[in-house]
Amino acid sequence: MRIPYNLEERFKVSSSPHVRKSWTVRSVMLDVLIALIPAVLASWYFFGIRAMLVELVCVLAAVLSEAIVQYLFFEKVTVDDLSAVVTGLLLAMCLPPSLPLWIAAVGSIVAIIIGKQVFGGLGNNPFNPAHVGRAVLLASWPVYMTTWMVPTKPGTSQWLGTDIVTSATPLGMLKESGYNWAVVAKKVSLWDLWIGNVGGSLGETSAIAILIGGLYLLWRGVITWHIPVTYLGTVFLLSLIFEGPAKHIADAVVYPPLFHLAAGGLMIGAWFMATDMVTTPLSKGGRIAFGIGAGVLVFLIRKFGGYPEGVCYSILIMNAFTPLLDRIFKPKTFGEVTQG
Amino acid sequence: MGRTFAYGGIHPEYNKHLSRDKKIEVFDLVDEYYVPMQQHIGKPARCLVKKGDKVEVGQKIGEADGFISANIHAPVTGTVVDVVRWPTPVGFEVETVVIERDKAYKGEMQLRDRNWRTLAVKELLEIVKEAGIVGLGGATFPTHVKLAPQDHVDVLLLNGAECEPYLTCDHRIMVERAEDIVTGAQIMAKILGVERIIIGVEDNKPDAIDALRHASLKIPSIKVVELETAYPQGAEKQLIYACTGRVVPKGALPSKAGVVVNNVGTALAVFEAVVFGKPLIERVVTVTGKVGMPANLLIRIGTPFEKVLKVAEIATETPKIISGGPMMGIAQSTLSVPVVKGTSGILVLDEGEAANWEEWNDCLNCAACIDACPMNLLPSVFSRGVELGKIEDLRKLDVMSCIECGCCSYVCPAGRPIVQFIRVAKAILRRG
Repeated sequence: MRIPYNLEERFKVSSSPHVRKSWTVRSVMLDVLIALIPAVLASWYFFGIRAMLVELVCVLAAVLSEAIVQYLFFEKVTVDDLSAVVTGLLLAMCLPPSLPLWIAAVGSIVAIIIGKQVFGGLGNNPFNPAHVGRAVLLASWPVYMTTWMVPTKPGTSQWLGTDIVTSATPLGMLKESGYNWAVVAKKVSLWDLWIGNVGGSLGETSAIAILIGGLYLLWRGVITWHIPVTYLGTVFLLSLIFEGPAKHIADAVVYPPLFHLAAGGLMIGAWFMATDMVTTPLSKGGRIAFGIGAGVLVFLIRKFGGYPEGVCYSILIMNAFTPLLDRIFKPKTFGEVTQG
Repeated sequence: MGRTFAYGGIHPEYNKHLSRDKKIEVFDLVDEYYVPMQQHIGKPARCLVKKGDKVEVGQKIGEADGFISANIHAPVTGTVVDVVRWPTPVGFEVETVVIERDKAYKGEMQLRDRNWRTLAVKELLEIVKEAGIVGLGGATFPTHVKLAPQDHVDVLLLNGAECEPYLTCDHRIMVERAEDIVTGAQIMAKILGVERIIIGVEDNKPDAIDALRHASLKIPSIKVVELETAYPQGAEKQLIYACTGRVVPKGALPSKAGVVVNNVGTALAVFEAVVFGKPLIERVVTVTGKVGMPANLLIRIGTPFEKVLKVAEIATETPKIISGGPMMGIAQSTLSVPVVKGTSGILVLDEGEAANWEEWNDCLNCAACIDACPMNLLPSVFSRGVELGKIEDLRKLDVMSCIECGCCSYVCPAGRPIVQFIRVAKAILRRG
């Protein structure tokens, strides 16, 4: 009798393929955290202890609320995939440095529980969790959420957090002036704006720091160019066409579009929020439509809306369109279109 | 930069350096051969021998049964000691003839030297059919059926891409047997009645490209095309697009685009059958991975994996044995399976380095799989559909067009066994 199977010597079998790329959810999230390092350092430089505290509270609250919710609902606790850390830190990046810490904590809890866990956790949430948290805070504590600390230098009493001076953000000034570019251009130089030496949220201010992180994500293959380029490009083009040339200022043609790119949350929105894989379209065509749509919305809200800034809402609204965009831009199977 | 396919693709670790420069060696004869009656796609061959029969090397022991089937021949001279159900590397148990080699038989074969040019198309096709030749790239579709297509074709495309990581058997035959491959291609072209022959080779095999170009120098109908090294360059529809720019319509055979694709190994087998009168009883197999001596071995069909790996020496405590390459190969539960016509490689991976599909996360929607899919499908949506039990909806999304190349599973950061999900969906949809 011939027996083809040897019980002593058994090999593991599985479906092909038998190799896979060495990346995981954790390594993707780690890359996002690495990409945020320049922006975090910039926030420490300009806003000091307050920045560190807000970031710490947001991350801790996000990780703890994720762990507690998963524990209570007998789910596997997955905080070691670092996604809650990313959500907490991204939320912190969108908050004013002078925000009371308990409000920051509420934002993180809302982001994790309402923004993510109620839908079934990572991968199943329709909206960007950090922006859900921010939107709830903005609606609940509008004054705290629009009080902006003036940037400072390490070592000053303001940097140490003992004495806070506030001012408007560049976009706030623009809105208040009735979109009078000459007024804003006198107060805010493009250099300060791009380097981050202006009032604003923690991570929004330094456009260059965020750009470095975004390029890192692009290089690592964590994100594709489609959304950031079309999102930023749309805002750039719209402000070039409809805002310029601005009257009575030196760099009349480039000032408005470069201002719009670097001001407010557009940079961090374009590179870190609108590229959130979970809540953005699957196909390249869908991603391009998402970027253009979000760009148009930002411009409309900034120019005509009640708020000076619209990045958060533009992304949340486009998140809602994502299933529709997936349907419209379904990729065509290779072979469906015959060509000679 | 060479030409390439239209959508997606990946660049895995190729690891071809292990065996790329190892010359083809003849593997020693073993005592017992397990020759399955099904080594091809289609109906199993009808067994012609019974226990106790004496067989000669090259004698037909299995007769093609039906339109899509192939003959099976004795790999050695010896005695049929058993006819059993035995596992093959494909995963099924099939009727298998066990031949004990005559101690006096040392591997000799009677070879002819026929002039193929004097033979008529009908005779050539009959020789290919008689020799039991099937697609040696791994799909094992009977070649005589492929060489008699329903549609009008004008291009014969030889697949020398060998995009599977680790495998080098095609690479070696292209370097060492370039002239015979070119002759085999000419014979196939004559059978098909086509004027144009294209041989597609990935640019990580410059010596193979040189050898083929040299061998076809005086044959204007043959063009050797350099292809970008990218997986799955050798997938049929992707290869046709890369080499000819033609798109095979969804759900159709390549002949609808006027092309017939054959592996370079198949061309060599056709050459040997027509010129030498040799049936398909041996093939080149790459033995590689975590083994003491990676090699390209000319092995008689029916040789158990166990005997091959005894010589090559498994060099890990926890081996995972794969028939074929790491992307589309099949994991083996036992080493009793024999080398069959479709066995391009025996790959030993360490369990630790092999992909682990036992645990996975929810889909992140990251679309890495969609960007990697060479058929431009929606793998992530398929895998979610299977998890949710909404399989009928997947038909509309063209799940049946999946070629199971594995790019999606390879790139998934959530570690989801997407190809496995898709296979489940396809099996359920096929059952109706």
